[in-house]
Amino acid sequence: MSDPQEPQEPRGDAVGAHDTDADVAIEEPAASSPTAATARESARAAAMGPAGTAPPAAGHTDVEPPSRWHTMGQQIVTGNAIISVLAVVLALIVGAIMIAFTDERVQETSAYFFSRPSDMLLAVWDSVSGAYAALFQGSIYNFRRDDFLDGIRPLTETLRFATPLIAGGLGVGLAFRVGMFNIGGRGQILIAASVAGWIAFGFDLPWGIHMIVALIGGLVGGALWAGIAGLLKARTGAHEVIVTIMLNYVAFYLISWMLRTPGLLQAPGSSNPKTPAMMETAIFPKILGFLGPQFNLHLGFILVIIATIVVWWILTRSSLGFRFRAVGENPNAARAAGINVPSVYVYAMLISGALLGLAGVSQVLGTVTTGFTAGIDAGIGFDAITVALLGRSRPWGIFIAGILFGAFKAGGFSMQAAEGVPIEIVLVVQSLIVLFIAAPPLVRTIFRLPAEGGPRRPRPLVSKEVEAK
Amino acid sequence: MSQTVQQPAPASEVVILPTTVVTSWKAPIAFAAFTLGALALAVFVPREGVTTFRLSTPSDVIQLPELSAPSLATLWVIVALLVLATAYSISLVATKRRVPLWLIVVFAILFMVGFLTWAAAGSTIPVIGLLFGTLSLAVPLIFGSLSGVIGERVGVVNIAIEGQLLAGAFTAAIVASVTGQVLLGLVAAMIAGMLVGMVLAVFSIKYFVDQVIVGVVLNVLIIGLTSFFYSQVLTPNAALLNNTAQRFDRLPIPVLSEIPIIGPVLFRQTLVVYLMYLAVALVFFGLFYTRWGLRLRAVGEHPQAADTVGINVNRTRFWNVALAGSIAGLGGTFFTIGSGIAFNKEMTAGAGFIALAAVIFGQWDPIKATLAALLFGFAQNLQNQLSVIGSPVPSEFMLMLPYVVTIFAVAGVVGKVRGPAAAGKPYIKS
Amino acid sequence: MKLELRGITKRFGSLVANDHIDLTVEAGEIHALLGENGAGKSTLMNVLYGLYQADSGEVLLDGEVQHFAGPGDAMAAGIGMVHQHFMLIPVFTVAENVMLGHESTKAGGVLDLPTARAKVREISQRFGFHVDPDALVDDLPVGVQQRVEIIKALSRDARVLVFDEPTAVLTPQETDELMGIMRQLKQSGTSIVFITHKLREVREVADRITVIRLGKVVGEAAPTATNAELASLMVGRAVELRVHKEEPKLGDPALVVEGLTVIDPVGHLVVNDVSFTVRRGEILAVAGVQGNGQTELTEALVGLQPRVRGSISLDGIELSTASVRKILDAGVGFVPEDRTEDGLIGEFTIAENLMLDRSEGAPFIRAGSIQRGVLDDFAREKVAEFDVRTQGIDEKVRQLSGGNQQKVVLARELSRELRLLVAAQPTRGVDVGSIEFIHKRIVEARDSGVPVVVVSTELDEVTALADRIMVMYRGRIVGIVPGNTPRDVLGLMMAGEVPAEGAAA
Repeated sequence: MSDPQEPQEPRGDAVGAHDTDADVAIEEPAASSPTAATARESARAAAMGPAGTAPPAAGHTDVEPPSRWHTMGQQIVTGNAIISVLAVVLALIVGAIMIAFTDERVQETSAYFFSRPSDMLLAVWDSVSGAYAALFQGSIYNFRRDDFLDGIRPLTETLRFATPLIAGGLGVGLAFRVGMFNIGGRGQILIAASVAGWIAFGFDLPWGIHMIVALIGGLVGGALWAGIAGLLKARTGAHEVIVTIMLNYVAFYLISWMLRTPGLLQAPGSSNPKTPAMMETAIFPKILGFLGPQFNLHLGFILVIIATIVVWWILTRSSLGFRFRAVGENPNAARAAGINVPSVYVYAMLISGALLGLAGVSQVLGTVTTGFTAGIDAGIGFDAITVALLGRSRPWGIFIAGILFGAFKAGGFSMQAAEGVPIEIVLVVQSLIVLFIAAPPLVRTIFRLPAEGGPRRPRPLVSKEVEAK
Repeated sequence: MSQTVQQPAPASEVVILPTTVVTSWKAPIAFAAFTLGALALAVFVPREGVTTFRLSTPSDVIQLPELSAPSLATLWVIVALLVLATAYSISLVATKRRVPLWLIVVFAILFMVGFLTWAAAGSTIPVIGLLFGTLSLAVPLIFGSLSGVIGERVGVVNIAIEGQLLAGAFTAAIVASVTGQVLLGLVAAMIAGMLVGMVLAVFSIKYFVDQVIVGVVLNVLIIGLTSFFYSQVLTPNAALLNNTAQRFDRLPIPVLSEIPIIGPVLFRQTLVVYLMYLAVALVFFGLFYTRWGLRLRAVGEHPQAADTVGINVNRTRFWNVALAGSIAGLGGTFFTIGSGIAFNKEMTAGAGFIALAAVIFGQWDPIKATLAALLFGFAQNLQNQLSVIGSPVPSEFMLMLPYVVTIFAVAGVVGKVRGPAAAGKPYIKS
Repeated sequence: MKLELRGITKRFGSLVANDHIDLTVEAGEIHALLGENGAGKSTLMNVLYGLYQADSGEVLLDGEVQHFAGPGDAMAAGIGMVHQHFMLIPVFTVAENVMLGHESTKAGGVLDLPTARAKVREISQRFGFHVDPDALVDDLPVGVQQRVEIIKALSRDARVLVFDEPTAVLTPQETDELMGIMRQLKQSGTSIVFITHKLREVREVADRITVIRLGKVVGEAAPTATNAELASLMVGRAVELRVHKEEPKLGDPALVVEGLTVIDPVGHLVVNDVSFTVRRGEILAVAGVQGNGQTELTEALVGLQPRVRGSISLDGIELSTASVRKILDAGVGFVPEDRTEDGLIGEFTIAENLMLDRSEGAPFIRAGSIQRGVLDDFAREKVAEFDVRTQGIDEKVRQLSGGNQQKVVLARELSRELRLLVAAQPTRGVDVGSIEFIHKRIVEARDSGVPVVVVSTELDEVTALADRIMVMYRGRIVGIVPGNTPRDVLGLMMAGEVPAEGAAA
């Protein structure tokens, strides 16, 4: 599967200095991209005489390149950044409409809209602004608090909610880069959380070591669970989308069974499907604990920052990442170049699963330390997909996207508490953001933006059928 | 693994390369694994007693006697049969032949009977109830898998079946509650499913967004939307918007419903189930014997070829994905007005994904997908029945079964599965 | 039916693919459209067939202006096309393929297959084809598939028939038969447009010839024109078809292949019991019509084929069971047939592509980390050495022309310590200037003592490069003959006929 973001990537050379544009690929349908360029190339070759005498590496800059600032300005208007912002705005507008239409006062006032429209407009404003103000105050800064420290607490909550989202998003995004869809985040999180939780409540180990053992156990659990899908894809060609979806349910039922079976995960003496509380020695310390007990941000956030750096290094600087990207972009060429594609699939899924495992571990050792149920994944497995898409599978993009969605989550809860707006609105807004971002032409049409610089087209997937003779 | 079979060159100009048979040991290995499993039950967890199979319901005109069998002895007989089947499959593969589908089916049935006999030792299995429940639970799966078959056959992977089912269930509940008309609810559900299908189609066909992404995101969107409106609107106004006054009643078909076993299972069902029979037949016939199906399959296999004979690829895809959505929406009615249950958050609980599994397990064929959906329905219902009679197997493991079976299926135990060639790929006209 | 194209212009972005092209095809005429790959022939025909909309210009049939919104309109107006890449659905039967798009149906849209079968039989009989209407297209050999394409067009009463590079996949004998069919069609009054870049065929069958270069009509010619005249029209300058090379300095046998058999997933023996030897400093050219096992043979040599029997040994080391990685590390260079599919990663930069097959260990990787400095220096050096026309080593390979892409592949493969070079279709879709360069480098590799296996379906390339020629047909070796073997002998061998005095080399 191709990288979903690929067609919208910004192009530094978009403005036209470049005459070997991908567009020319369509010149002859019976040719992949190079053919048309070949025509011009041969024209140039003809003009220059025998090919060997042409000055190397200089042939292409026929036109003065546009200034850097112009290019950058063009990119801002037509590129990703503006689309991302507008997608968020659009999604929030849709959310506002939903809030307004389901607000009781709005419904009441709409009954006499034509006699006194101001009432309804006011009610609409009240409901929407109230909800979004609550969202803001729940996620970034609460103006109702007197001192700055209390006011800023919501932001730390945002980061706490963002922690598993970033970890999961990195996992899904890394798999994307290798051309795989890891939809099995839920299962991997459940398995990782259970392993880490089982170590954290079932063993007596010294402080620190206990935590590390539990962390590693969780990562290994997530990695192995995802590794099943990687292994099956590598060995039998089973499609990882199907396998990971199925493994989600297998993990869910497996954990559900263990949670209600005494001696496995169930808390002793309890009949609820819930584990005992984690031991203090294994719980992630609160990294802002010195500011006050109400600051819950835990070590997981630091781990996630490290994970982001590691994933960034793997993808851009390492040999392994080079192979990952090669397989993701063109597995056939990677295979012909001696890269062991099946093993890349397995490694990628192992790392991806470990990252989703980190999300699970940070849930049980950081966020829900009083014992967990089969709902411990809290939808993070699927949120991670949207985070990865929003972050365009780039590590730092995912980091930022994770914080945005963390803010939605943190704010969503306070919105529900303060204004009675169901938390599910967050799901709607998140999925709309991803849909809009995935389809920039739609956003451009809605906002009447100019088309992307240069008539760049999506890479035709028919290229294989139309290869040259 | 393979052996050369030199074929004589045919006399005509049709040239065929010499071939060799590529055989697979997957089926014998799977057979052996299941046989060992059954053997392990007999040896390590033997259950004495008598297992009774009840074949009639009290209201039947023709009453069949109950079948009783000594549990352990029956299990041993079945283990012996399984061993024979495994040996036969090994001999087939060893002599470079394929393991036929019928053998797999016979093996599966034998295994199930053996398992049931063992699990229900000392109690009674209501066979009619088991099968009736199987069919009922399979209804949304079958509609969903038909939707998936149509979508993939026309070249659009439909991961959004779950969302379509949920949208159908939601809309059906509201419309039927408000209007007091179940049929209107049914139509509304189809429209809702169709709308979801259309969004999928627009994003994947017009904007070339990866179909799996759109599908996954649409599921989240529909879950969010329905849950939001459920909390915000439906719950406060449950009497008006989400009551259970309207439901499809059972319509026994005269005469047919009195046939022993088959009658109570197949012909004492609701309108939705009868529509399901019709849908399966229509989709099967339509796909393979009509112009609609020929063009649909052409577009899914080789869109460029379809384009060059004047078929509008994207229009064909759009409308068929919309149709697929409406079929799944129809299936969604099962959850609410089809069963007389009020709408609830995320009430489809993964049925859409099981339907997707059935599509693949059924190799993109409407009949085989239906059979796969029935198998999954059986597994779900078996779990219900076993928990009633107090089974030794944790219910979670029965619930896991469809998913595990699907993983085995895609991993190739059932044989190389080949989907429509162009499924998942947008058609970009240059 | 008389076909006229007037002033057809088609642009793609800044590129003008067709620039005011005029073309007239009289009724009952075979009109050849000659041009290099990428000259704009297929674009023109796709405009005619309604697949593209022209930016300006018009299409006339018997003097009436036509407006085609899609292929459906073009077909209704009597235009048929035999596509280069057959537009047939492999899992459908012949009858289903022929009826698709204009199905005869009974009530309720139910397909009327008997009528379709009858139609296939009727047209088959008219032209002496032997095509079973109920055969699956996937099971048919390419020659027969092409006939299905012709039947498909004729079943719609096509009066103008376009053949787009129809001989690319045919043996010389099948090509002759196709020529016969074309003449037969012409006699029945069908106008034929014959698109090709093969001069011989044009001169044999065409009534008139139009030559296109860089999207423009550059001239008309009569079938009596010489090859050289046509070639220089087509390419725009005198073409040198020969490659300068010295007599080979033969060394020891290096590559020894014995009893090699490759089995495809369905069980076909696509390469069947093949044995040959290549010595140091020698080019062995593998000739044959596309699809006779050459692709699979080259893939087997580098370990890309999973089901292989027999032995491949290079300098005494057995490679038939080794992984691709091992084989590459053993010093095998590989130029794959389809560079965009197997040779390059379009989204990677030139530098990244240059390290593609050395993604582990020295010189580019140290401690699991890419040595950017080393890589960049290496890339700059190779770009200069191989004359890759680019803006810089960080340009994405996707943005290069075909010739430059191929140079990147060649630069990568030749910059390793080679003990064998395997090049499949090294100049396919490459401009003339780059062809000369690539041929020169291949000969240089051979002169430095590397054994070379070149696969090509173009006889010109085979005869230009080969020290010895191995002809393959249906997965078997027909014979191994000296490099100066006459073309007509090679042609017969490509059709499976063993030369009279047997293979000797």
